[in-house]
Amino acid sequence: MTTKSNQKLTLLPQAISARNTGVDLDLDWVSSIQANTSAIERRASSIGSRRSVKKQHQAAWLLQAIKCMDLTTLSGDDTIGRVKRLCAKAKTPISNALLKNLGLDDIKVGAVCVYHDMIEAAVAKLSGTGIPVAAVSTGFPAGLSPLPLRIAEIEYSVSAGASEIDIVISRRHVLTQNWKALYEEVQAFRKACGSAHIKTILATGELGTLRNVARASAVCMMAGADFIKTSTGKEPVNATLPVSLVMVRAIREYYEKTGYKIGYKPAGGISKAKDALTYLSLIKEELGDQWLNPELFRFGASSLLGDIERQLEHHITGAYSASYRHAMG
Amino acid sequence: MSVKKILGDMDYGLAPESPEEVKKWLRQHNSSFGHFIGGNFTNPKNDFKSLNPSNGEVIASLSQASVKDVNNAVKMAKNAFKDWSETEPHQRAKVLYSIARLLQKNSRLFSVLETIDNGKPIRESRDIDIPLAQRHFYYHAGLAQIYKTKIRDMEPIGVCGQIIPWNFPLLMLAWKIAPALAAGNTVVLKPAEYTSLTALLFAEICIEAGVPNGVINIITGDGSVGEMIVGHPDIKKVAFTGSTEVGRIIRKSTAGTGKLLTLELGGKSPFIVFDDADLDSAVEGLVDAIWFNQGQVCCAGSRLLVHESIEEKLHKKIQNRMNKLRVGAPLDKSIDMGAIVDRSQLSKIKKLVSQTEGNVYHAKCELPKKGLYYRPTLITGLSPSDKLMQEEIFGPVLVSTTFRTPKEASDLANDTKYGLAASIWSENINLALGLAPKIKAGVIWVNGTNMFDAAIGFGGVKESGFGREGGWDGLKSYLKYSINFPKQKNNHLKSHSDKETFGLDRTAKLYIGGKQTRPDGGYSQKILDASKNLAGHVPSSNRKDIRNAVEAMNKASSWSNSSGHLRAQIIYFMAENLHARREEFEKRINQMSGRKDGKKEVELSIERLFTYAAWADKFDGTISGVPVRGVGLTMREAVGNIIVFCPPNEPLLSLISCIAPAIAMGNRITTISPFVASLTATDFYQILETSDIPPGVINILTGSHLELASSAASHMDVDSIWSFSEEEITKTIELEAAKNIKRTWCQKNIDWLDNRAAGEMFLDAATETKSIWIPYGEG
Repeated sequence: MTTKSNQKLTLLPQAISARNTGVDLDLDWVSSIQANTSAIERRASSIGSRRSVKKQHQAAWLLQAIKCMDLTTLSGDDTIGRVKRLCAKAKTPISNALLKNLGLDDIKVGAVCVYHDMIEAAVAKLSGTGIPVAAVSTGFPAGLSPLPLRIAEIEYSVSAGASEIDIVISRRHVLTQNWKALYEEVQAFRKACGSAHIKTILATGELGTLRNVARASAVCMMAGADFIKTSTGKEPVNATLPVSLVMVRAIREYYEKTGYKIGYKPAGGISKAKDALTYLSLIKEELGDQWLNPELFRFGASSLLGDIERQLEHHITGAYSASYRHAMG
Repeated sequence: MSVKKILGDMDYGLAPESPEEVKKWLRQHNSSFGHFIGGNFTNPKNDFKSLNPSNGEVIASLSQASVKDVNNAVKMAKNAFKDWSETEPHQRAKVLYSIARLLQKNSRLFSVLETIDNGKPIRESRDIDIPLAQRHFYYHAGLAQIYKTKIRDMEPIGVCGQIIPWNFPLLMLAWKIAPALAAGNTVVLKPAEYTSLTALLFAEICIEAGVPNGVINIITGDGSVGEMIVGHPDIKKVAFTGSTEVGRIIRKSTAGTGKLLTLELGGKSPFIVFDDADLDSAVEGLVDAIWFNQGQVCCAGSRLLVHESIEEKLHKKIQNRMNKLRVGAPLDKSIDMGAIVDRSQLSKIKKLVSQTEGNVYHAKCELPKKGLYYRPTLITGLSPSDKLMQEEIFGPVLVSTTFRTPKEASDLANDTKYGLAASIWSENINLALGLAPKIKAGVIWVNGTNMFDAAIGFGGVKESGFGREGGWDGLKSYLKYSINFPKQKNNHLKSHSDKETFGLDRTAKLYIGGKQTRPDGGYSQKILDASKNLAGHVPSSNRKDIRNAVEAMNKASSWSNSSGHLRAQIIYFMAENLHARREEFEKRINQMSGRKDGKKEVELSIERLFTYAAWADKFDGTISGVPVRGVGLTMREAVGNIIVFCPPNEPLLSLISCIAPAIAMGNRITTISPFVASLTATDFYQILETSDIPPGVINILTGSHLELASSAASHMDVDSIWSFSEEEITKTIELEAAKNIKRTWCQKNIDWLDNRAAGEMFLDAATETKSIWIPYGEG
């Protein structure tokens, strides 16, 4: 297990820049953060129409989206077999024939994301591929189990071989503006993660306002988050462009103030290739090219890959594709 | 380029919109065009070329309209007017609806053609210009259908001459043609010479839409064609969008002709950012404000006013954002800024920027090697006196200065001859909504910018012009009052029996700033009554008395912020006091007119005071159905300082009919009564003195209109001139008003005794509408 995670470290943020150590909780900073919903929605709605990526470029961008994908299964009916199948897809997300046609030898997804009990199966199946296994944790999705248990869950998952931990924050701390509690909670989770990377899931669909999203993002980063992530996929509203805009702007602000680059992971609701292009464009515009890689950007998605495969086949053949032509995950 | 390589650098690559359909359309016309007159295209004459500003290529050759063409077009429009103005509202609505539909069906063709001709990014023509043009026709199809249920006593004007600029060719055409047609007018429109093509394509769809021949005429050419349109005697209304310089020329050339005028002119609109704003969103707002359409937007937020404490932070954010802007081939779908419309415009921008002493920051973006491009630019460290803080650049250049307090922000915002638009960025609702009324501009955007919609008025104050486009107010700009004003009876009877002699001399003075004052010049005029007996002496005012009255009006500016309720109470009190002294006024009126109808006039005067006291808190603004989550609020604000040249007849009633609506709406007013009516006016200030009118709100002058017209109309601190005096002063007033593009209302033959002369006609003249966009919502 430990050797495997060492191997995977080459993919992780500290390989290209220093890992976020966190900073002291700065409440002045937090309370100065504003987010004007209407203006944010206007900007978000023009991101897709201000940029257009066509032909070869579109193919390349879609491949990049695959590389940035946390292929995910988070269902109550997950089995070892299901997870093995997903891992196989993670290793070969598109057919070799398509890949060859696009002039590439190899491509793999950013990570495989599962519940704790599936970690070992996933780690075994992905052995030698360099694909990290991410585990959702801390009483996912609601995060309302006892704190010591939530911390212990992280430790269990790390020792089971997960090199990325997707934690859920206590939404109540945000809703009651108890930034200190949120900060300390995330700090404790971060400590439990050790060398594994911590993605803090804000569950933005339950935070009420974009202002809360912005402030919670900042507090999570101050407490040492490696990634901030929108949602569990279980809230009524998951990743949206306005929420993403707010979170990536928070990341930019944190980078400008501290020099640490924090990753971003929108999760849930992104299922179309075109949406993926829009998200990549958002990252490119708001954060810059250096964020356009799996070290700093991930899609949490389960059905997105299928649509991308079809679009890539269309790019090569000129004919619209069908889902049965691509291997299931 | 290989996929592998792109994967490494993640560039956007090219995403060009195909020009093929446009080329096909141009080929169908052999790339040469005539004028659209009376429903037909004239033979093309190849007089000038339309160029693609992004590569300098010739797109098409166009015809320069001759005198004959202009006359023909106006004639066709005139001939078509009767039928069109009498066409059933529903039929007119159907035609406008059909135009809207056809614009929609051909939307991409229009978008691509616009981009090729103008140089603006395809994203903008596709997502903004063309959809807004469609929206305008849809909206006005609706107004054509229903406006008569709401607007009464108004009728279409006649042939409208419309001259539009090159920055939003089709959109400006829509803003002009849709309301004109909805109201029942016919039009002769001239697009800008650089950008005539979408107007000609529009002409084609008019045929398809079933626009009756002659209702829409489109002629092309340079400014001389515009001049011919403006000068044509059968043009009854001129609507112009363009520079303040040309607007001023049009104001002068139409002076005294009776032509109605809408001018939508230049701007130097402030973009105000407070320290509590969502700064990233404000920066994005600036992208839409000044780097939209290459900054060639009359209402561009070109003057950044930033809270001093966040200056450095905001400038840094702006610079970072600027560096992300993509400037290039306008047909590329991933381009933020296209080409500047013409070489002359580009040179003008370069020259203005080269002269500044500020710190110039050019975006570090790539520019195409060929074509007319200019980098997004930020100039900081300027003070309000710098030329670039005052002059419209009409390019992608933002200038910036700082403020400390909300008061200073509004002072700086208003420190300009223009008054078109303003953006206010703050998360504090008190601050933002409190500032909106303080800024002198026709349009205010709160936490937003460059929002437009057919349902709400757009237009300026001060030297940004007058008249509104969009909404009900925009439609009214294409209607005139149809109240049939009878010719005035001769009120000066020769014989008079009820003679009166003076026991004690009573000194009539001027009434300025709440005080009775002697005229600056020290001259008085003898006033004879109807029987040629000396009735008294009244002061002859001169230009210095006007100056003093304007200063008094300025000092009374807080009147505009008083509540409608307070103003109503004061006007009611005036009525009460007039009633108490009614016999004195009756006597005076009878004495001067030689008739015995003074009683009736006084009674009507009291009634009129009641009417406007009633209106004081009821001439409400509106909330328009704009397509944002939020409100598009139209507030009615006082115009400001008004000078009125009062008529000679019904001296009391006409005086009150001017004063009451003006002060009811919060204006300050100075009346100038002609000598013949002056003793009533000077009697009236005694009513004012007992009616709690704050000093300076109402000032009463007497004197020669011919001598005073020029001084009053040229005064830069006067916002509007009304004249119900002799027609011979109209021209002087309208000529002099061009100096600061002030509003004028010159109307002869109002029947003051008719109660229809009291009401909206005056209230409209006494108010300026301000459109305030307030997007809202959180979570």
